[in-house]
Amino acid sequence: MSQITDGGGKAGMPDAETCLRLLRQMVLIRRFEEKLAELYTQEKIRGFLHLYIGEEAVAVGAIGVLGPEDAIVATYREHGHALARGISANAIMAEMFGKVEGCSRGRGGSMHLFDAPTRFYGGNAIVGAGLPIAVGLALADKMLGRDRVTVCFFGEGAVAEGDFHESLNLAALWGLPVLFCCENNLYAMGTALARSESETDIALKAASYGIPAWPVDGMDLLSVREAAGRAADAVRSGGGPYFLELRTYRFRAHSMFDPELYRTKAEVETWKERDPIALFAGRLREAGLLTDERLQALEAEVAQEVAAATAFAEAGSLEPVEDLTRFVYSEGRAR
Amino acid sequence: MTPTETPSAAVRRSTYREAVREALREALLRDGRVFLMGEDVGRYGGCYAVSKGLLGEFGEARIRDTPLSESAFVGAGIGAALGGVRPIVEIMTVNFSLLALDQILNNAATLLHMSGGQFNIPLVIRMATGGGRQLAAQHSHSLEGWYAHIPGIKVLAPATLEDARGMLWTALEDPDPVLIFENALLYNLEGDLAGDAGPVPIDRARVMREGRDVSLITYGGSLYKTLAAARALEGKGVAAEVVDLRTLRPLDQETISGSVAKTRRVVVVDEGWRTGSLSAEIVARLAETSFWELDTPPERVCSAEVPMPYARHLELSALPSVEKIVSAALRACGRGADA
Repeated sequence: MSQITDGGGKAGMPDAETCLRLLRQMVLIRRFEEKLAELYTQEKIRGFLHLYIGEEAVAVGAIGVLGPEDAIVATYREHGHALARGISANAIMAEMFGKVEGCSRGRGGSMHLFDAPTRFYGGNAIVGAGLPIAVGLALADKMLGRDRVTVCFFGEGAVAEGDFHESLNLAALWGLPVLFCCENNLYAMGTALARSESETDIALKAASYGIPAWPVDGMDLLSVREAAGRAADAVRSGGGPYFLELRTYRFRAHSMFDPELYRTKAEVETWKERDPIALFAGRLREAGLLTDERLQALEAEVAQEVAAATAFAEAGSLEPVEDLTRFVYSEGRAR
Repeated sequence: MTPTETPSAAVRRSTYREAVREALREALLRDGRVFLMGEDVGRYGGCYAVSKGLLGEFGEARIRDTPLSESAFVGAGIGAALGGVRPIVEIMTVNFSLLALDQILNNAATLLHMSGGQFNIPLVIRMATGGGRQLAAQHSHSLEGWYAHIPGIKVLAPATLEDARGMLWTALEDPDPVLIFENALLYNLEGDLAGDAGPVPIDRARVMREGRDVSLITYGGSLYKTLAAARALEGKGVAAEVVDLRTLRPLDQETISGSVAKTRRVVVVDEGWRTGSLSAEIVARLAETSFWELDTPPERVCSAEVPMPYARHLELSALPSVEKIVSAALRACGRGADA
């Protein structure tokens, strides 16, 4: 159980176009969030801001294997998942600005990105509370005979919540098509896993519910992609839930209010040596799929996209205050 | 939708329990997407025997026994509703619903708004409520008033056989989460039900008895105590009007204010605790809407502010009673209890 699935270059390398697309997604998430940090400092965006920087391989690797009919439930640290799912940078940035053009019309903000067309069910900011929703989405698929997968992302902090155990049990008991993706970045806000869990082997906990569960190197895009692909195939073919513990690391603070007293700079630097973007770019160079020129062009393209999104959001409109109480109840009849 | 006021088919005897079961059967028959899940709803037949027989008729896929995981199965109801099926989630009692309060408040009530109108949740949650059965302080409280505090959900309290029979389907047709509170003392209530009883509106209160002297406003299990009080008051020369709220959120302000405008006196009867209760909300609203129409200060009859005790005499003294309602109504009418 403690053996990490080893991408190690052995994981199948996708075709060149796919590789560059995946690299671009990771770079987009990185640059988009760097821009968010800047905008936050400038007080152009407010509220909480939880950056995903360092964990990009998890969202890009896992979401990249899904089809358009599959569903995603994510956490309050979900800019990366939203971008990886293909929600436009414009709509996400506008949401950060609280504009009506935002993917949640400015009512959700950073922690509550939603998008019906891509079946992106949020952005849940109660730790662990997304798991039962994912189980329910999967239950609907099972009852309606649809071969869809619901992917549920949550941090290792959620493992301490009752919802984690209740949901794993229910999903396994009813054989529901959920792919549980635990993003183990070692700290629940500032509390290290070993300081909060009597048993720190998360995959082992999941396995105790009769769910196939594996730890994966979450810094290695190809390992994540391979493991998620295999898991999603198993789930889709009716094998019931599957669990991946994606071992990763958050390079930035928990939020913008975190002095990081709970970990050392040396630890952060050590993890940065395994930066998922540098790691994957190196793989692509070795395989002859990436040149300096290509990377520069990709960076320029991404910078342009982030700048355009920022301009779009700045120019966006504010919802009229008269509409404050819209969407408390539905405006039409039931579907 | 057929208003219950115009039943035509032959009247028959039914219990409240049978009326709820009939509503469940109708929903399961009418819409293949509807299913029931909760603790012991299947093999056991429901802890109040409401769903008895449904497992045999509809099978395990649609009558789903759940583990004792209130948060997970309520959350799964939310997810399933988002996924296009129509869950009816049964929670044994409102007391246990607190284990799922996070899912109800932070997800069911908020997702539509947080998503800017993209994700509505057509979910129905049923649960038993109320005291009076010597079940002590963890099985006897009336917390529906708490739920009525929450924007984003609707809260129903069927007190009559017609509503027990008719509110469920209307709730299922609603695009948003609806909570239905069934006072456990009502399950054995027996009465006449129209043969063609069917769906009823869930947005209006109902005047159960007309009167000109005082408005007795109540809901759920307290309705029958209040009707008994109205009969007792009649013997004392007081014509009491009884309003069954039926829906606790949104409140039918028009009917409430309309009744008080006529009687100019009001007593609110609420099995919840007085402080911060639904009765407090109704009285506050009447102060806003009907201040100049009131001849006397509003009265309230609520549960005593104690965790519900086990001993019969203590429990009875904690709950609203016919005597307390009569006394409050007489005070509102400016008459002493002995008058």
